[in-house]
Amino acid sequence: MKKLLLGDEAIAQGAIDAGLSGVYAYPGTPSTEITEYIQESPIAKERNIHRRWSTNEKTAMEAALGMSYMGKRALVCMKHVGLNVCADPFVNSAMTGTNGGVVVLVADDPSMHSSQDEQDSRFYAKFAMIPTLEPSSQQEAYDMMQEAFDLSEQLHLPILMRVTTRMAHSRAVVDVKEESRPQNELNYNAQASNWVLLPAFARKRNVVVTGQQPLLEQMAVDSKYNKYIDGTDHKLGVIASGIAYNYLMECYPEGCLFPVLKISQYPIPKKLIRRMTDDCEQVLIAEEGQPFIEDQVRGVMPGNAVIKGRLTGELPRTGELNPDFLKKALGIESSESYAPCEDVTPRPPALCQGCGHRDVYTALNEVLKEYPNARVFGDIGCYTLGFLPPYKAIHSCVDMGASITMAKGASDAGQWPAVAIIGDSTFTHSGMTGLLDAINENADITVIISDNLTTAMTGGQDSAGTNKFEAICKGLGLSEDHLKVVNPIPKNMPEITATIREEINYHGVSVIIPRRECMQTLQRHLKQKKAAAK
Amino acid sequence: MKTDIILCGVGGQGILSIATIIGEAAMKENLYIKQAEVHGMSQRGGDVQSNLRISSNPINSDLIPLGGADVIISMEPMEALRYLPFLAKDGWIITSSAPFVNIPNYPDIETIKKDLENVKNVIVLDIEQAAKDNGVPRSANVILLGAAQKALGIEYDKLEDAIRRVFARKGDAIVDANIKALAIGRAAQK
Repeated sequence: MKKLLLGDEAIAQGAIDAGLSGVYAYPGTPSTEITEYIQESPIAKERNIHRRWSTNEKTAMEAALGMSYMGKRALVCMKHVGLNVCADPFVNSAMTGTNGGVVVLVADDPSMHSSQDEQDSRFYAKFAMIPTLEPSSQQEAYDMMQEAFDLSEQLHLPILMRVTTRMAHSRAVVDVKEESRPQNELNYNAQASNWVLLPAFARKRNVVVTGQQPLLEQMAVDSKYNKYIDGTDHKLGVIASGIAYNYLMECYPEGCLFPVLKISQYPIPKKLIRRMTDDCEQVLIAEEGQPFIEDQVRGVMPGNAVIKGRLTGELPRTGELNPDFLKKALGIESSESYAPCEDVTPRPPALCQGCGHRDVYTALNEVLKEYPNARVFGDIGCYTLGFLPPYKAIHSCVDMGASITMAKGASDAGQWPAVAIIGDSTFTHSGMTGLLDAINENADITVIISDNLTTAMTGGQDSAGTNKFEAICKGLGLSEDHLKVVNPIPKNMPEITATIREEINYHGVSVIIPRRECMQTLQRHLKQKKAAAK
Repeated sequence: MKTDIILCGVGGQGILSIATIIGEAAMKENLYIKQAEVHGMSQRGGDVQSNLRISSNPINSDLIPLGGADVIISMEPMEALRYLPFLAKDGWIITSSAPFVNIPNYPDIETIKKDLENVKNVIVLDIEQAAKDNGVPRSANVILLGAAQKALGIEYDKLEDAIRRVFARKGDAIVDANIKALAIGRAAQK
């Protein structure tokens, strides 16, 4: 059966067809559509596949481990920086190993289309000592899912599947199976000696996992996804991984004269790489992300072949690749083209018209005029756009939850006023623990939880804390006198500004919750209502 | 057959529904398709584009190389020009004439018009007005698609069939409005 699927959707369908029992994820571009596809899938409903959003990537990864412990197949999805959040369970899942198959799908975002860095997840898999799969096409992404789960159960290791933005968000026709594999039955095969990571047991597991490495490498050499395609001209050989393989082949519509090594399974297949470095005078390495393969191939000692790639300037050191970068590196001229039009101006994204965050920033800016030294610590979400004109309202944005903890640290250093602004979903993701720190020391900070009742930036997914924020704050020990809820609409401006001013002047922790539904989800809900009324 | 298309506009203008119709027509013809989309932050009123490639042979890259696009279909005139380096020298720009001004430094529209005139093959249409005048106010983007039909190298009937399939579950009235819009666009072709 042929379907036109996004890379993300091909992954989701592949997981369902591989007998998935649960997907665990927190939304993050470019990975969000995987979980959304499973949430909409009729077969997922029929099979009762777990598909609700998790509060963050760490809770997601751990729940997946629990499902694996019981013998069933679990998929964990996240964007690259989400892997930082769940690094602890991720790395230790290699130590426990798996019972039911576990695939950790990480979508990297080179060129940082929607991210704060361009970290390359392959490094994580290397130091966790687990295999990585990196598809070059949507069809491969689909096919690999089945094999990833099989491989995970065969090796008793989680598998990292790495895609990048263009694979996640590009559509192609994918041939999918007519029938999905049945789900695993519940089983009690998980061994306590593996799953209780007390040092004495963990040391033994460490020997096992380390001892598996030559096998993993041999599997990469034999993998059908790693191909050595010999060429007639050995002046150059090209190693291309993941989506970079497509850009390479785009340069040679009639076929490439040079030997090509396509890498889509790791650890790197050293034997195949040696063949290339022995046979070719020069080797060009094209990989999406950081020079992960290149660093390993280059090593320290000089080899036979001259290695070229991101580290020598043939390819750009940062940012995503494209066919034209490959052409340049291969000495092929780009097609004749028009010059860029100089009259075109940038059009950055902006907060929607009518968005509640706008009213929050208007009020905050109004009050902070009275405090020239005020610092506002921002967070990750639509409201990060408050940094841009006309608001220019925030002074930092680092990672999920850092607004509250940075405000506290700044206050500890002597800063006043120190204001944190964080969204509702980000607050439950990683802000609650920081707020507990602040409350325990009664830090002199003002926290604004701008609650739009959704995870807006990624397209309006459910937000874990909806209707619970007052209870959460009180439960963490916040004084009710300094927990304020306001409705951010222009006509309430006097009330909102008065509240902010009052709480800044209170020398302890305050939480102000401006609450109004996101314009995007509001419009969607109105449409649904209208359709239902028909 | 091979056509490389850049669809562009401002987040929220509905470029992906044009892509869906073209993709549906191409699927029916058993053509290979690759379509890179933009999701995430820039959808909030920023510039958005999609690279859509259809071909009778397998397609390698999800991205179109410089000077490679056969056609740029744009819901906004300045956005059409943003991707000019990707247009083949004999490629077509099919664009809406209506500027979408959500930035303070939007250039003078006359300058934009002149820049568009300097492109060899260009169709500039007031699709919003045409859609209103013809009683299909919600199908402006399909007018643009109709105007791009020749440049796309897809037979008119096939696009019409694709519209029927894509909009079938929304009812006959919406199917008919979109087919009418497609015809208005076709009539505007050079």
